[in-house]
Amino acid sequence: MTILINRDSRVVTQGITGKTGQFHTHHSIAYASGKDCYVAGVTPKKGGQEVEGVPVFDTVAEAKSATGCNVSVIYVPPPFAAAAIDEAVDAEMEVVICITEGIPVKDMIRTRDRMRGSNTVLVGPNCPGVITPEELKIGIMPGYIHQKGHIGVVSRSGTLTYEVVDQLSKLGLGQSTCVGIGGDPVNGLKHVDVMKMFNDDPDTHGVVMCGEIGGTDEEECAAWIADNMTKPVVGFIAGVTAPPGKRMGHAGAIIAGGKGTADEKIRALEAAGVSVTRNPSDMGKLMAEALG
Amino acid sequence: MKIHEYQGKDILREYGVAVPRGKACFSVDEAVAAAEEIGGSKWVVKAQIHAGGRGKGGGVKLADSIDEVRELADQILGMTLVTHQTGPEGKEVKRLLIEEGAPIQDELYLGLVVDRAAQRVVVMASSEGGTEIETVAEETPELIHKVQVDPQVGLTTVEAEDLAGKIGIPAALVADGGKLMQALYQAFWDKDCSLAEINPLIVTSDSRVVALDAKMNFDESAMYRHPELQELRDLDEEDADEIAASEFGLNYISLDGTIGCLVNGAGLAMATMDIIKLYGASPANFLDVGGGATTEQVTEAFKIMLKNDNLKAILVNIFGGIMRCDVIAEGLVNAAREVDLKVPLVVRLEGTNVEQGRQILADSGIDIISATTMADAAEKVAAAAGA
Repeated sequence: MTILINRDSRVVTQGITGKTGQFHTHHSIAYASGKDCYVAGVTPKKGGQEVEGVPVFDTVAEAKSATGCNVSVIYVPPPFAAAAIDEAVDAEMEVVICITEGIPVKDMIRTRDRMRGSNTVLVGPNCPGVITPEELKIGIMPGYIHQKGHIGVVSRSGTLTYEVVDQLSKLGLGQSTCVGIGGDPVNGLKHVDVMKMFNDDPDTHGVVMCGEIGGTDEEECAAWIADNMTKPVVGFIAGVTAPPGKRMGHAGAIIAGGKGTADEKIRALEAAGVSVTRNPSDMGKLMAEALG
Repeated sequence: MKIHEYQGKDILREYGVAVPRGKACFSVDEAVAAAEEIGGSKWVVKAQIHAGGRGKGGGVKLADSIDEVRELADQILGMTLVTHQTGPEGKEVKRLLIEEGAPIQDELYLGLVVDRAAQRVVVMASSEGGTEIETVAEETPELIHKVQVDPQVGLTTVEAEDLAGKIGIPAALVADGGKLMQALYQAFWDKDCSLAEINPLIVTSDSRVVALDAKMNFDESAMYRHPELQELRDLDEEDADEIAASEFGLNYISLDGTIGCLVNGAGLAMATMDIIKLYGASPANFLDVGGGATTEQVTEAFKIMLKNDNLKAILVNIFGGIMRCDVIAEGLVNAAREVDLKVPLVVRLEGTNVEQGRQILADSGIDIISATTMADAAEKVAAAAGA
């Protein structure tokens, strides 16, 4: 078992006729079972075409009835991306993974409000995606650095996730699933949601979580871990040196009103029994130690 | 994106929020003319810079005569205003706002932000206006009242009037206070604000509710649909290097250390800054080149970093995913040839085609200190900088 996605997922790429959507669909199809998993693409008014050997539909609903797709990945440009999420939610996709960076916060507030009561799980936006190694890659991460195994990875950042995955793989610690939850202030899955899934997944034996400054997601996750987590967790929080009031690249990575500092998050995680390293070079090593 | 107080008040006025009569001025003569036009017997001369804390820094003064307006305008215009938000170097005042004086009876606080956990806009109001809201939140959190706004219906009259009553707006003015809050919420929503703050919101002795200050920040990601707001951008208030960097798709923030950093990805860029600190040195900047890292971008990044007199070494940390290390290495070599690198350069490449990438660096004849892990890179760059 893994979480969120596996070789039985049936994926539709929204925005497949765009340069980014096509490029990453190409690479995702080439990875592991991708050829069986990617069954459809959607671009409004481009239905009937074929891209990367995948049929294109006008709408997600049409793609679903024709192919049975249950997972959507979104590479739609920012002005239209929130509406693309809405469409996938309305078509009752089980999982929606939004890669798009730069969606206005107001659009995401509306979209998240529409999702109240829906069973769809949203990952992102502004994230690298989700990968279950040697089964299915949905997103922009380099597939080859991953190995199949038993470590769950959850992170708000892209390349920092690759860094930890690379460290794990080089130590022979494969991954069950790696989830990029994204760097935006209003998003879908939070650290705590993914942590719960990993806790329930028998194939996951330990979790690495990479957080960063801004918001209180890491603190909420820490509170849950303290009372519920049955597996070792290793953490790293980026931004110990970040000054307050400056947005560090990600829209969500900002220390505002004295809240969201790295030190607060590190303290909360340590208090919850998480092994936190201040050295990003040691994330893999610490996981190996935590597993004993 | 930030705007000036007077620009924020123009927006509020459009939405029917009561603000004092006033005018933005760029010279002493304009300030005097504005005061004469506004009339009355009391004026406020307010420095217009993007940072807060202007009053404490001496950038907001009361004038009792036109002569005093002239005197104060002359004094404040061109002064270097230092506040807790400007940093020790301060900010030169180039614009003034001249306003009619208001008879303040009570100072309140009103602020709107996006509540990340609730995923809604939250309206915060307090009877404790005129001071820093962070202090109120720390010392007397029970005096801050909040409403999370349902995005489908907006801030309702009931919610707004309830808030107005809770913060001590007199019963006869609760309807006016509520309307003002609803108007501010509408402005926040329509204009894609990330922050809207009125501190203080005042009750006047002649029974009006007035926004005496206005701070509005906007969501950068939404600026494509607000050309009217883009016109309000004041480049004088922004860091010249950060602007130059943004033109090349670089996300750059200057810091006060000595190690220049060039990294792909925001999280990895922060982690790189952190590990530099861990090895005893300190970052001169945050710089995220995004997914690409082309020759042009790297060249520009080097140029911007080299402008900094404190710079002692540069650390490049790239995790090549879809973008291959050999392509990045070629870009680095070309960039290093194009600029005069006066400081040691440490490069750590990892990811796709890393061996070819390292070979290209080694064969380039350029003096590059190659590193394998992030720790190795941080140690080498700290040593190279003599930290």
